[in-house]
Amino acid sequence: MNSPVISVRNLWKVFGTGGEKVPGNAGLSGQSSAELLESTGCVTAVRNMNFDVAKGEVFVVMGLSGSGKSTLIRCLTRLIEPTSGQVLVDGRDVLQAGTVELRELRRRKMSMVFQHFGLLPHRTVLDNVSYGLQIRGTAKKERESRSREIIELVGLKGYEQHYPDQLSGGMQQRVGLGRALAGDPDTILFDEPFSALDPLIRRDMQAEVIRLHKEMGKTMVFVTHDLSEALKLGDRILIMRDGEMVQMGSGDELVGSPADSYIADFVSEVPRADVLTLKWITGPVAAGTPSDAPVLASTTLIRDAIPLVSGASSPVLVADGGGRIMGQIDRDSILAAIHSSGSHHPATPGKVAVGASKESAA
Amino acid sequence: MATLFRARPVLAAGPGTTAGNRRRISRRTALLLGAGALWLLGYLFLHGTGTLALPASELTDLHRSLNHFNSWIAENRAGNPVFMYVLTPLRGAVGSVAGFFMAVFAASPTGQVIPVMGWLGTVAVLTWVAFAVGNLRVALLTAVVFSFFGFQGLFVDAAYTFALVVTAVLLTLLAGIPLGVLAGISSRVQKVVTPVLDFMQTMPSFVYLAPLALVFLIGPASAVIATVIFAAPPVIRLTSHGIRSIPENTREASDSLGTTGWQRLRTLQLPMARRTIVMGINQSTMAALSMVTIAALIAAPGLGQVVVVALQSLDVGTAVNSGLGIVLMAIVLDRVTTAASQRAEPGARRSGRLSGRTRFIVLSAALILTLGLVQVSRTVMWAAVFPQNLNVGPAISGGVSAASDWLQTNLYFLTHSFQESVTIGILNPFQSLLTDTPFFVLAAAIAIAAFAVGGWKLAAVTSFCLAAIISLGLWNDTMVTLASSLLAIIVVMVLGVVFGVAMGRSSRIDQAMRPMLDAGQTMPAFVYLVPFLGLFGANRFTAIVAAIIYAAPVAIKITADGIAGISPTVVEAAVSSGSTPWQVISKVQLPMARKTLALAANQGLMYVLAMVVIGALVGAGGLGYDVVAGFVQSSVFGKGLAAGLAIVFLGILLDRITQAAAAAPVRKRIS
Ligand SMILES: Nc1ncnc2c1ncn2[C@@H]1O[C@H](COP(=O)(O)OP(=O)(O)O)[C@@H](O)[C@H]1O
Ligand SMILES: [Mg+2]
Repeated sequence: MNSPVISVRNLWKVFGTGGEKVPGNAGLSGQSSAELLESTGCVTAVRNMNFDVAKGEVFVVMGLSGSGKSTLIRCLTRLIEPTSGQVLVDGRDVLQAGTVELRELRRRKMSMVFQHFGLLPHRTVLDNVSYGLQIRGTAKKERESRSREIIELVGLKGYEQHYPDQLSGGMQQRVGLGRALAGDPDTILFDEPFSALDPLIRRDMQAEVIRLHKEMGKTMVFVTHDLSEALKLGDRILIMRDGEMVQMGSGDELVGSPADSYIADFVSEVPRADVLTLKWITGPVAAGTPSDAPVLASTTLIRDAIPLVSGASSPVLVADGGGRIMGQIDRDSILAAIHSSGSHHPATPGKVAVGASKESAA
Repeated sequence: MATLFRARPVLAAGPGTTAGNRRRISRRTALLLGAGALWLLGYLFLHGTGTLALPASELTDLHRSLNHFNSWIAENRAGNPVFMYVLTPLRGAVGSVAGFFMAVFAASPTGQVIPVMGWLGTVAVLTWVAFAVGNLRVALLTAVVFSFFGFQGLFVDAAYTFALVVTAVLLTLLAGIPLGVLAGISSRVQKVVTPVLDFMQTMPSFVYLAPLALVFLIGPASAVIATVIFAAPPVIRLTSHGIRSIPENTREASDSLGTTGWQRLRTLQLPMARRTIVMGINQSTMAALSMVTIAALIAAPGLGQVVVVALQSLDVGTAVNSGLGIVLMAIVLDRVTTAASQRAEPGARRSGRLSGRTRFIVLSAALILTLGLVQVSRTVMWAAVFPQNLNVGPAISGGVSAASDWLQTNLYFLTHSFQESVTIGILNPFQSLLTDTPFFVLAAAIAIAAFAVGGWKLAAVTSFCLAAIISLGLWNDTMVTLASSLLAIIVVMVLGVVFGVAMGRSSRIDQAMRPMLDAGQTMPAFVYLVPFLGLFGANRFTAIVAAIIYAAPVAIKITADGIAGISPTVVEAAVSSGSTPWQVISKVQLPMARKTLALAANQGLMYVLAMVVIGALVGAGGLGYDVVAGFVQSSVFGKGLAAGLAIVFLGILLDRITQAAAAAPVRKRIS
């Protein structure tokens, strides 16, 4: 991993009066969120959070509703004032920034896309997209030409003079996306941007984000409560519960070795063959395996290995990045992987796309 | 078995609480009954003693010292630094703005009759403005109405009224919108401003006049200042409300882009609150017109002045003619500002029939035409001063007077006997019940009732108000005003319940009545007196009827909203269990709308009180009479000022008691 763009250290957000005492007080910070609510009336929305986001990475924060995702992502630009801790952006602590520095951070480094769009109803699409540029004082002509480019990029060409309430939800969110992109920030923060959209539109928009990520290479922090969305988009996924990090890792790590029963439960419905790579089912090379058996890379998705393995007369060897043989797989181990979960969910073409688009995005 | 066990403590607690409630209800009822009994006994056995009656021409020491204060101010106006550096310059500044608009629309201040813009120019300019801020319809309305003022022979008076309204609204917006914005942005400002506005809005317009005349002398300047004070609350409130109701996610999105506070205000808060702010401008404008006409009492020129003079000489015809002018002006101001608020709606710009460019061209062409007409009216006499031979004002007045005379003669039997029987049968006995009971008995009864409704705190506020009224030396006059107000509010509430229930239950009736009620609410208080003066002559009864008609719309609307707001499921449940419509109304809808009814009574009382005191102009006695007399005779100035204060205390008292009644749940704990 290259050097982190965002480093979060010991971050706390405790809502309620007296919340600022909680992180520093061993007696209080040791209590669970429920106990804290009981004893002090404070809501611990983010609890002692630590993670890094690398440049160009899509970092997904996932959790059930109320687990503190929105609070966490807002703490990054201090739309919600954190209670304590550090948020380092390019090495500078956002929490120590003054008004002007914070404003500059919001104007140039980090933009946000919101669940409910937050468009200005009295402005046209063009004026909404150029809003951020106007705020930072870009000349009218320049911001218009830049905004027109962005509008084309997010697929809204021809709608420049429309008002938000004349657009469908998906198109409104494209405007929201355009507004975030217009300022050419290093990082884009998404707070459940597609939760309010229809499933079909949502899929289009996810593909759009993947495309934009590939084209522009921006760092993205993406909040969602939808596991399939998280697996589809995320290079790494952080799972939250009651304000705490439960596990952090790549999609196949979460599915392959869930940290606890909570996560295991979470991922139990996932068709494992679509997410896991051969690495997770590779066993030791058996004595009878011929040395000229077919070889697959350990990063191949199980699903993609099925045709070869089922067609081969012998087990298939698995090689790591350096070409060294790690072990072997056979029909039984693949069937076991498919049947251990999701067997009652025959993979749909849409689900196949999970793996495929992930690879093209990465 | 297990359930029974668990149920037991609940069962045990059940009767206890119910008994407690019953005891508390009975305690409250007992207190109220006790207060009533005390009052009746005091009336029966101590009748006529301790009434604190003060004949109209007599003064107390307090009134005399207020008189002295008045003359002291008159003498020291020139030398006192507060006057020299603050109040007099303020008066001068306001006066010169008012003078400017009066000169533009009505007449030049040099005494020449010809205004800067003649009538034709004025009509043209106002029509153009109505078109620019509103639409073609309201522009035509403006043109027709302002020309009609000329036919009424009232163009100059109407222009004076309009000039004062414009001045006052301008200053109101200048002060009110920034204050509203501050209150919208900062919760701390909001916390300070809200109670002040609440207090201002419980005061009848009338009471601002005397103290302002004391400080700023009579004339247009004080009229404008009084109007600004009276008209500011709506626009402050609505501006703040508009900013506060911007969705949190929009604001957050704007913040996430790094807006400064000023940018947020300019690009987000003001544009998004625009429609609400313009609605505030509408309400403030209507309040301003109402006050400008009443400010005739402190020598503000205009239509109100014509009405006051006509009322004092009982010239019903002239009063109606001029009252009609006020009504028309109210309609124009309301329609134009409403059209403006619709234009301010976010979607209005693109749904308009004219595109921005065409509209601009049309507006410019119309402006050139307007300027041409202004030029004409500056050069041609008939376009400068409305031609006398087109003046049908006297004909209107004469016709109305004749009709009123005819009505009063031919319907004498009806109107007079109705008025007489109500006055003798109800009004007089009820008033004497209040005025002839010893003050200490009645005050104690009121305080006990307040304690029953709202506990110690309310009892303390009530006692304080009563003590203030007593020490102002105006107990008896206050009771006269209170008697009229209470009778009026009883009728208002009957109307409110009857029509409110009808409207709440049927959307057809609601649609039919609401426009009338809305129109009724925008009319200046003043004009309600005029038609009833024509019917019933000058007396208390006329004032009470006018107060009823003035206050009914607000009470009806609040009641209707309360009834309509009851969950349909509850009504459905009642109907499906076989209730008759009457049972649904009396057993479900009215009890559930109880709080709404108390709120309607609260608002209705404020309207009634405002009108009953203005009713002094048509012969209602009491505090209003003292106030009006104070304007006219300097020897009773102090008494008038004291009467204004007494009205304020009476208003606070009635407001707090009805509010407490509205807040109190049916089973309220007394503690
Ligand atoms: N302004 C606030 N004041 C108090 N509690 C809040 C506030 N905002 C959020 N919370 C609480 O913090 C917790 C996390 O909320 P949120 O971050 O919105 O969760 P998520 O986005 O994961 O649904 C919730 O329990 C919520 O009720
Ligand atoms: Mg959320």
